[in-house]
Amino acid sequence: MDLHLSDARPTAEEKAAVDVELGPPESGWQGGARQIEEEGRVAFGGREARSRRHLLLPVLHAVQARAGWISPGALNYVCLRLDVAPAEAHGVASFYGMFALAEQPPVVAHVCDDIGCMVRGAEAMCTELQTKLGPAGAECKDGGAVWHRSPCLGLCERAPAVLITGAGANPRECVLAPATPGAVQASISESVAGHWPSEPDVFNAQLSAPQAGGANLRVLRRIGEASGVSTLDDYLRLGGYQALRRSLDLGPEGVVREVLESKLVGRGGAAFPVGKKWDAVRQQSNRTGARYVVCNADESEPGTFKDRIVMEGDPYAVLEGMTIAALAVGAEHGYVYVRGEYPFATRRLRQAIESARARGLLGDNILDSGLRFDIEVRRGAGAYICGEETALFNSIEGYRGEPRNKPPFPTQAGLFDRPTVVNNVETIVNIPEIILAGGAAYACIGTENSTGTRLFCLSGHVVRPGVYEAAFGITLGEMIDQAGGPGGNGRLQAVLLGGAAGAFVSPSELNMPLTFEGARAIGATLGSGVIMLFDDSVDLRQILLRIAAFFRDESCGQCVPCRVGTMRQEEALHRLSSRQPLESVAEEIRTLREMGQAMRDASICGLGQTASSAIESALQRWSLFA
Amino acid sequence: MILLWGSNARETHPIYFHHLLKGVRNGARLYVVDPRRTASAQWADVWMGLDIGSDIVLANAMAREIIVAGLTHEWFVEHATSGFAAYRNCVEQYTLERAERESGVPGTVIRECAHAYARAERAQICWTLGITEHHNAVDNVLALLNLGLLTGHVGRYGSGLNPLRGQNNVQGGGDMGAIPDRLPGFQHVENDELRGAFERAWGARINPRRGLNLSAMFEAMGHRELTCLYVLGENPADSEADRQQTLKRLGGLEFLVVQDLFYTNTAALADVVLPAAAGWCETEGTVTSSERRVQRVRRAVPPPPGVRDDMEIIYELARRLGHDWGEPHAESIWDEVRGLSPMHAGMSYRRLEELGGIQWPCYDESHPGEMYLHSRLWQMPLIGPRAPFTAVEFSPPVDQLDQDYPIRLTTGRRLDCYNTNVQSGGYASPLRRGETLDLSPEDGERYGVLDGENVRIASRRGSVVAPVRFDPSLRPGLAFMTVHFHDQVATNNLTIDAVDPKSGTSEFKATAIRIEKFSEN
Repeated sequence: MDLHLSDARPTAEEKAAVDVELGPPESGWQGGARQIEEEGRVAFGGREARSRRHLLLPVLHAVQARAGWISPGALNYVCLRLDVAPAEAHGVASFYGMFALAEQPPVVAHVCDDIGCMVRGAEAMCTELQTKLGPAGAECKDGGAVWHRSPCLGLCERAPAVLITGAGANPRECVLAPATPGAVQASISESVAGHWPSEPDVFNAQLSAPQAGGANLRVLRRIGEASGVSTLDDYLRLGGYQALRRSLDLGPEGVVREVLESKLVGRGGAAFPVGKKWDAVRQQSNRTGARYVVCNADESEPGTFKDRIVMEGDPYAVLEGMTIAALAVGAEHGYVYVRGEYPFATRRLRQAIESARARGLLGDNILDSGLRFDIEVRRGAGAYICGEETALFNSIEGYRGEPRNKPPFPTQAGLFDRPTVVNNVETIVNIPEIILAGGAAYACIGTENSTGTRLFCLSGHVVRPGVYEAAFGITLGEMIDQAGGPGGNGRLQAVLLGGAAGAFVSPSELNMPLTFEGARAIGATLGSGVIMLFDDSVDLRQILLRIAAFFRDESCGQCVPCRVGTMRQEEALHRLSSRQPLESVAEEIRTLREMGQAMRDASICGLGQTASSAIESALQRWSLFA
Repeated sequence: MILLWGSNARETHPIYFHHLLKGVRNGARLYVVDPRRTASAQWADVWMGLDIGSDIVLANAMAREIIVAGLTHEWFVEHATSGFAAYRNCVEQYTLERAERESGVPGTVIRECAHAYARAERAQICWTLGITEHHNAVDNVLALLNLGLLTGHVGRYGSGLNPLRGQNNVQGGGDMGAIPDRLPGFQHVENDELRGAFERAWGARINPRRGLNLSAMFEAMGHRELTCLYVLGENPADSEADRQQTLKRLGGLEFLVVQDLFYTNTAALADVVLPAAAGWCETEGTVTSSERRVQRVRRAVPPPPGVRDDMEIIYELARRLGHDWGEPHAESIWDEVRGLSPMHAGMSYRRLEELGGIQWPCYDESHPGEMYLHSRLWQMPLIGPRAPFTAVEFSPPVDQLDQDYPIRLTTGRRLDCYNTNVQSGGYASPLRRGETLDLSPEDGERYGVLDGENVRIASRRGSVVAPVRFDPSLRPGLAFMTVHFHDQVATNNLTIDAVDPKSGTSEFKATAIRIEKFSEN
């Protein structure tokens, strides 16, 4: 297209970073060296150039990782290479939290100050970091680095958490969890000096999944291996890919039948029957053209970390589950969209995909069956909203991660407007279990309407935080007991169930069964499996403010009820907690409820629809502002 | 497939280009033929940067390739066309090698374009002034029409041969007989029967011979055969090629009348200026767009005091000349058109309003109008005459390059200006940067001039001074100027009035120039 670019030019490093992703430019017209004698007569591009739009996010990642920020010159070059209008590219780059559009030092420490870390000392750490390093957002006293406050990093079982990223020719990441101010300062100095650990993190099954190695585990049963299932041979030794072999015998119809019989529902929060979803995509199989399997690994709900632990500890199970899904619906291409704050999970998945490819478990002829399927990892870049499935599609396609209107549903027109199966990680890793056990047998686990097992993320004031697997039907109290009971000062004040988009329950409700119907009965939700405990030393008002700030920050702004509602909600909470209500406390609470209703009724996606649910549930249970 | 040839529609037909982009979004491939890599070309799947004036070489070579590759639509050629054998013999000389040599476009690319065009399910060729502002304008157009006939990309939904009109009512002007040899509805003035109908209706005799086209009129002015000129809504003082000569000719007239919305440079030379109302908001009537759609225009506001509708001016003029036509009334004039022009017959004001416009031909009040023309060519048996191939040969631009004038200058328009800027100069635009001589950076280096430096630009007819602007979309040897800023830089001092005898259009697109260092002193 006719690009109207500013005069800013990319540096050689930025150019090289882009070219690694896209290959060298085909002509001077596309940003290569001008060779007018050869190229002054003909140019190609058009549709072909624009068809690579979906590489926009990977390219922006490459620039950010190389230069530490996305300069106007680099953005111009990206526009030329992908034939994207500069306003569009800027719109995408500025949408994602992990991309910097202003120059900043190469080393960046992302310090989680979200609710899970808040109750484990994040605020005190931030205060001390300010003394040691200087204010957040400014270059650290010793130079070469900057620290920012960050929303939940998904490391809640080891809170408080810090993620350090380093840009350069060899971009690096390093996780500190649990972190101390001293360790953060030391780690930053090391990073600035170019010293990084060889891996971003260390997988410790005992720490992250305390049940590891125990009996009666299904989804977590392999995770007890020393450092997780780190090689394909480990996975095969532990029964891996048996389910795919069985699926090949069953054929697509048989696989869908088993999944339907299992009554498996999605574990991402919406609890939609997986078999129905697959069947709908399979029904579209007669139509020509591509279909896709997408694994939603953009786990960003505050307090949620189960998918990360599965990907780090058992990455091949994700691949096997996706391959079975592909077989069932006739897809040849799959994507795993991993949140940008998960460098270690990303690395484990990429290694797993390479090994699987090398052994014929992905590619053109899987297990010599003629099945053709491959998987690509795409990294998010710091946007909670991209966990919404249609926002995720837009993000993969190279657009701002703004949710689409539905219908059409993903089964009809999903990724690249093609029929698409999209399931989250936990859902996907249940698939091999279902195929091996048989759908009917799987349906006997749990309760009538909540079949199978569920992963729960215990964090906050609990004795042994971590991811736990339990059959549906266990009560909230039993689950907490499995994790050693309430921690902190031992006097439980509240439990946040389902994450920031979930609901608070009080200690009097601990006998509720952890099932979809049990949660619904008390006006709560299991959501993404978050069980976050708060002892009575916690000021819940501060927790609510943090949740409100989170939604205000993460609202994509596309639809009005959410964009305005999340802002007004936060403002009202600030007035209440500073004891300056407009008119009266009762009036403010009425306003909050009304705002919540408007967001539930009129937002186009789940973010706005649930942005008030935790806050309203707390106001309902406690008189926090009396 | 859309083949945009000699058109920078992105800038010059921006609304149309939005429609084109919808097609591209729906899967149409876009090929652009233009010496410059224009804003339009930058959208293309393939851009072919031919040498200026080599369009016929390119088109004929495409035709030869289509024939050789067996991609001719043989049924259509057999069924609906004539003159194919002569055409085939003509294009036989235009090999890909020759085309590459004479047009500069690689033969492989010409071949690819030919195949894409011939194999496309639906394909259109759209063109504008890059084709028609040449000394052999009509031949250029015929070369493109031949391609449509050869492949059957005409007379079918989605296929076609489309000249993009420059104004909302260029088509309407022609339809109403504002051409030297036609009466309303394209009825030939030299056909006694057709002319007779008008004479009977008007009770007057009509000159049975065709008049002069614009270029011929200026030549006649030069020979003092034409001494009195009535100009309506034109600004030839700025828009004609070879401006110095034009000014001399206008100055030599005995009597010049200009009727316009604006006090143009032509009006400044006039004996009488008749201020005219703005057609789009101060008058009643119709306009006809590029797609032949006749649409109603309604008066929204009265014209300013002292300003009259064109219609009123002409009626008043007739009255002063001794013919009282009564009070002008737009709808009755339109009904008179419907009575005399069969292709407009079915377009009552009521229907135009109801249907939101109608595309001609529309022969009676039950006829819905035609979305596309020439569908008759596909009917069995064929109704009406065959569509003729017309073999045309390459003829290079008249103003040839040599050592003294080594650079090829072409002229054109920009997004935010319109022609001589009479209509568009009155409002500000953030994009407008005045006249520049656009050059490739390589030529800047070669001639030792800097971006922004004032230079003297000389052709065999005259010279102007303008600042250089480096434009990477140009290759060495190619320069570009607009026609928008005649008060600052009279680009048409440079252009040649080599005229196509059939259309009367000058070769604005091909001027030989040189660049000279310029010092203010």
